[in-house]
Amino acid sequence: MTRNAREVDVLIVGAGPAGLAAGAELAAAGVERVEILERDQEAGGMPRHCHHGGFGGRLDRTAYAWASATGSEYAPAGTSGPEYARRSVRAALAAGAALRTGVTVTGWAGPHAVETTGPAGLERITARAVVLATGARERPRSARLIPGTRPPGVYTTGELQQAVHRYGQRIGTRAVVVGNEPVGHAAAATLRAAGVHVVAMVTDQPDSPVRPRSRRTPLLTGATVTALTGRSRLSGVALRHDDGRTTTLHCDTVVLTGDFVPEHELARRGEILLDPGTRGPAYDAAYRTSRPGVFAAGNLLHAAERAGFAAQEGRAVAVPVLHRLAGTDEPAGHGRRLVVDAPLRWIAPNVTGPDGARPPDDRFVLRTARRLPRPLLVVSQDGRELHRQRSLLPAVPGRPLHLAADWVDRVDPHGTSVRISAL
Amino acid sequence: MTVTLTTTGPLLPGTDADCAYDVTVVGAGVVGSAIARELARYDLRTALVDAADDIGDGTSKANTAILHTGFDAVPGSLEARLVREGRELLAAYAAETGIPVERVGALLVAWDEDQLAALPRLRDKAARNGYHASRVIDAGELRAREPHLGPGALGALEVPDESIICPWTTPLAFATQAVRAGVHLHLNCRVRGVDSDTEGHTLTTSRGPLRTRYLVNAAGLYADEIDRLLGNEVFTVTPRRGQLMVFDKLARGLVGHILLPVPGPEGKGVLVAPTVFGNVLLGPTAEELDDKTATGSTAEGMRLLREKGRRIVPALADEEVTAVYAGLRAATGQEDYRIQEYPELRYVAVGGIRSTGLTASMAIGRHVTGLLAATGLEIAGPRALPLLTMPNLGEAFPRPCLSPGLVAEDPAYGTLVCHCEQVTLGEIRDALSATIPPHSLDGLRRRTRARGGRCQGFHCGAAVRALFEEARP
Repeated sequence: MTRNAREVDVLIVGAGPAGLAAGAELAAAGVERVEILERDQEAGGMPRHCHHGGFGGRLDRTAYAWASATGSEYAPAGTSGPEYARRSVRAALAAGAALRTGVTVTGWAGPHAVETTGPAGLERITARAVVLATGARERPRSARLIPGTRPPGVYTTGELQQAVHRYGQRIGTRAVVVGNEPVGHAAAATLRAAGVHVVAMVTDQPDSPVRPRSRRTPLLTGATVTALTGRSRLSGVALRHDDGRTTTLHCDTVVLTGDFVPEHELARRGEILLDPGTRGPAYDAAYRTSRPGVFAAGNLLHAAERAGFAAQEGRAVAVPVLHRLAGTDEPAGHGRRLVVDAPLRWIAPNVTGPDGARPPDDRFVLRTARRLPRPLLVVSQDGRELHRQRSLLPAVPGRPLHLAADWVDRVDPHGTSVRISAL
Repeated sequence: MTVTLTTTGPLLPGTDADCAYDVTVVGAGVVGSAIARELARYDLRTALVDAADDIGDGTSKANTAILHTGFDAVPGSLEARLVREGRELLAAYAAETGIPVERVGALLVAWDEDQLAALPRLRDKAARNGYHASRVIDAGELRAREPHLGPGALGALEVPDESIICPWTTPLAFATQAVRAGVHLHLNCRVRGVDSDTEGHTLTTSRGPLRTRYLVNAAGLYADEIDRLLGNEVFTVTPRRGQLMVFDKLARGLVGHILLPVPGPEGKGVLVAPTVFGNVLLGPTAEELDDKTATGSTAEGMRLLREKGRRIVPALADEEVTAVYAGLRAATGQEDYRIQEYPELRYVAVGGIRSTGLTASMAIGRHVTGLLAATGLEIAGPRALPLLTMPNLGEAFPRPCLSPGLVAEDPAYGTLVCHCEQVTLGEIRDALSATIPPHSLDGLRRRTRARGGRCQGFHCGAAVRALFEEARP
């Protein structure tokens, strides 16, 4: 027995918002063989598990424009995650993209060729262009280096949402939610839907970017999780407060939320250069990675932005992919790296170029490691200041901070990397 | 094949002298399971009992997973002999049953002049242990072989036969083969008392009485307590906690060999080693405790490990940690195993089996069987056990999802459930219906690796739990 070998025009890895949007756009643009691979049994990505509104609508204004122009489906404001996922799948299929679920890419077989496994067998698929849209995950307890015992009852939001909404599994009675980014509130809502009392939300940050949505749930700020306790079942979460106090919250469930990291395994296995800040592939405004013909979109590039933003990128990646297929793409390799100084954590895109290309909405996305009340962002290259802008809104960990892109034409293509600092 | 595996209810065959077990092994870790497997080769009625709900659930599940050569043992000790013999036996057994082993070799890295000067002595000690293949290499060769090693390494002792092995498949293979050959396995069965008489012993257990003619104590951390129930006051087990960190398999390329420190006054020290699952292991700490249940990790332990790890392989610091765990080694204050037969008691104590126990397990099984015979147990004519093939969890050997023939035969092997570890529906189904099935999600993880990867269940946790609960309502 050997692998079945096939060829396609564009292979998209991952059928979340970015991958599905890229597939829909490319198929609608007339690319004949667009194939989207999804390792899960069902397409749609993370929104499938987010049983709350807030998908689509004004946050997704380019989707609205695109839908109006093409007469295709559009998710109005307030759409739930699962409904958003279904609409995204329908749009990709209606446009003519092939969607194969339950198929996992296990590795590379060439610069634009991958090996796959699925119930129907093993394949080697060679494409003219590849789009990586493998998304992101929340870092689990081990990666967060939380000490203590290893009892059951420790979740990430992703696992919790699937356990509750997809499988109807029993969760517990009393839960602590770690993190108070929007995803933390989604986790608390999921817990309540499952009949679990949310004892508290806990964050190591000094104050809150979002008001707690429930008056019933206290928010403990400036509190670090120092240990998990319990043997056959979680019995508590030990905390150290900024003022030195230590307490233990008694609970049988803890949900570790946020702290997203890109699912970059396939990119790394392909020796595609990563950005040290995002830990996703380094990329430019044309979504080009360090390997010509391999593009990336969505939260693989910046963990994590909203679904609508990932979908916007998915549609945008179609243009450079079409150039690639037509042989009219600008040669890569002239971009300068964008590097951030602490407390900034990352910037996306993080490579300049190509000429004329701009990031979505003409602005870069950044993240900060700590709260900055009114950050002054300064862009410089080789000691020369290219741009400065004062943000009137505070920058908060886990939430996007934006930087206008109108300075990119001033970057010296022969200079060294471009540095972005927050003062 | 009649398999007797019980987890609840009274124990057969009860207290009736006519239907007593010939031998009962207390403790189903890697050592107890190896002893039970060895006894299964004889015409005996044997029981293997454990307090936990799974085999290998104590110290055995949390070790450094190394198949030692015994190069650094105390020459002439029982441990040195059993490690040397056990290594040969286990290497052959692993090849026969499909337990993953990789001969990656070890490098004892010298970071200062004193350590460098110690290398020839360690090579000579290895020779006294019957191991002649080790050699000293200089800084240049070391750097060429381990390009990601931190700055300052001056040289190393190469021990080319040190290997890595799957620590979970090994006891499972022993216990599976034992049970298939007629050994009764009783789980959730804690021994609380022992009444000995001229004919044998009546054990009082959490599941009722159990009658046996001969008794083997392989209770690991609790071996001293069982020993006292027999009236002995010979040794005390002091748990020595070893915390370990496991790095994501994307870090595997950073480490080629088992990187050992040169032993110093503080013991064997912290190592960096590949695992057969394709991860990188960093540890262990060595903390003397008095709590035999203190298997938690600590901030201090992790800080120490990360500091040491940063020195040995600096690039490890950028990799994701997929697991932090702690094992308790059964230290008894003596630098050797404490294996002692008591003919008048029809009893053999197997205590003080340290981190080399995995390597020595099969030799311990043979040694203990010999002691039982010397004690009066009638055994004759060992028989060959039916062949066993274990599911492969090793990254260096074909995984089901990468085997076109297997997937064509059964699409369940092409249906991935745990993506980080590439575990298929077929493998999970097989583990759940195996001779010794798991009784917890952790047990399923040790049998399949499901939920054991970098996402720790973010993507697949609920799906794996659903499969587990469906099979074991």
